[in-house]
Amino acid sequence: MADLRDLYQEVILEHSKAPRNYRELASGQSAEGFNPLCGDHFTVFLKLENDVVNDVSFQGSGCAISKASASMMTQAVKGKSKTEAKKLFDTFHKLVTEGDANGDRADLGKLAVFSGVSEFPVRVKCATLAWHTLKAAIEGKQGSVSTE
Amino acid sequence: MTTTTNLPSAAELHTVKRAYDVQRIRRDFPILARDVRGKKLVYLDNAATSQKPQIVLDAIARYYEQENANIHRGVHFLSELATSKHDHARQIVQKFINAPHAHEIVFVRGATEAINLVAQTYGRKHVSSCDEVLVTAMEHHSNIVPWQILCDEKNAKLRVAPINELGELIMAEFEKLIGPRTKIIAIPHVSNALGTVNPVAKIVELAHTRNIPVVVDGAQAAPHTKIDVQSLGCDFYAFSSHKMFGPMGMGVLYGKTELLEAMPPYQGGGDMISSVTFEKTIYNKLPFKFEAGTPDVAGAIGLGVAIEYLNAIGMDNIAAYEHELLAYATEKVSAISGVRLIGTARDKAGVLSFVMDNVHPHDIGTILDQEGIAIRTGHHCAQPVMQCFGIPATARASLALYNTKDEVDALAAGIKKVQEVFS
Ligand SMILES: Cc1ncc(COP(=O)(O)O)c(C=O)c1O
Repeated sequence: MADLRDLYQEVILEHSKAPRNYRELASGQSAEGFNPLCGDHFTVFLKLENDVVNDVSFQGSGCAISKASASMMTQAVKGKSKTEAKKLFDTFHKLVTEGDANGDRADLGKLAVFSGVSEFPVRVKCATLAWHTLKAAIEGKQGSVSTE
Repeated sequence: MTTTTNLPSAAELHTVKRAYDVQRIRRDFPILARDVRGKKLVYLDNAATSQKPQIVLDAIARYYEQENANIHRGVHFLSELATSKHDHARQIVQKFINAPHAHEIVFVRGATEAINLVAQTYGRKHVSSCDEVLVTAMEHHSNIVPWQILCDEKNAKLRVAPINELGELIMAEFEKLIGPRTKIIAIPHVSNALGTVNPVAKIVELAHTRNIPVVVDGAQAAPHTKIDVQSLGCDFYAFSSHKMFGPMGMGVLYGKTELLEAMPPYQGGGDMISSVTFEKTIYNKLPFKFEAGTPDVAGAIGLGVAIEYLNAIGMDNIAAYEHELLAYATEKVSAISGVRLIGTARDKAGVLSFVMDNVHPHDIGTILDQEGIAIRTGHHCAQPVMQCFGIPATARASLALYNTKDEVDALAAGIKKVQEVFS
């Protein structure tokens, strides 16, 4: 049986209660992400310089998993190139869908705490909402992305 | 014609009436005995769909094993049998809602299709540019979107009657919104997100003094309360079989004869015609005019048996039992600090929607699920309701005739567990 503590790790709970980089950026680009099923809604703000994520932040509302994921994502992608950030999303996506065994944990650093999500398939969308939104912001997509 | 085999006898029924025997009722529902995630299933997601008693499952199996044939078109034994069972199911539904005539019962796929049928036939015929359709702020999306589609097509306006902080319609505002251009009023009998029971008869009275027909979405009323379309006075009444212990994919639209007669057909095809040439088609009589194609015969039979099951227990007994259970649940859950109920109407049925300080409903749902407790989280297909209360979502426990106080206790313990995880 999946254990709740695998999902709600201390780090995740802590980030959900006190999210980092929870603010608007005055300049740069942004994208909105929705999970229409649970009403989660985030905006991810992004400042790129020479294709490198110079600053990144978010705002919005969502469950503990989606909020913690957004918070830790902003920490993880700051200073990374566009390509590196997208590659990190791919690895992260693998982690939350397939679990620990596959994928390269080392690349993920702290994000590895989300491995428990793979035991809770309905929560994958929560864990990846901010990432999908980041991707849309990087690609400069207009409008909002939806997990449905 | 016998359609039921193992319903309680009159003597047994008498006992059920004297003392509502919930344990005995639970034994009629095989799924309630199963475990989920290593825990005893506590099924509190009845507003999404209800579980099915064995006699309904048996009736469906028996239909396909012993009785299956297409209806209305065979001269052979099985076709006659299937046709008469299908007709009989319609009569059971007619009596259940006290409709004057069996031909006023149109079989559809569910409440959603019933409402779309009215919007696309009655609505398209009677609503034109600058007219208005009035709905409420507590609507399920299925009683919003069909009207929106109609209003977009006709350049008409959708008006929305507001609710108060308890989740009740504000009747004075409602009345003000009924104007000279109002062509249809559509309301829920019971709100799925809040549990509010609306004063349907009163609204119908207001509407009828202005000659406006009222469409009632009864999806959440049918499993909980006695429905009498004549005393409600409504013009249309829609509900779904799967929320009242019958099979999925089956539903009912009741409509008054004179309205149904005057309406254009919904879909074209077989069964809905009495004669077809390439020059002209003559439509079949009611209700067949609205039932194009081969219907869900097993679904209708299953619904009929589900209704007979409800009748055997007695809708009044069910309502009384659930009322007490809801009061117990309300007391238990609202006593937990940090929990706030959403929807506290004075007249409520079946639904306990709540939010918790610092915990998102989705997290509540996941943690309760680990305890074997099935609730629903999200906006419950009623996003405008969430906007009224300024919240993105709620956690919703919804009750049915087989739920117990023990299960409510399990819910309360589960909520405390949620608080522990997030403490
Ligand atoms: C109040 C209400 N109306 C309509 C519906 C739609 O029912 P169905 O999906 O069975 O057509 C529901 C189902 O959730 C409901 O709760």
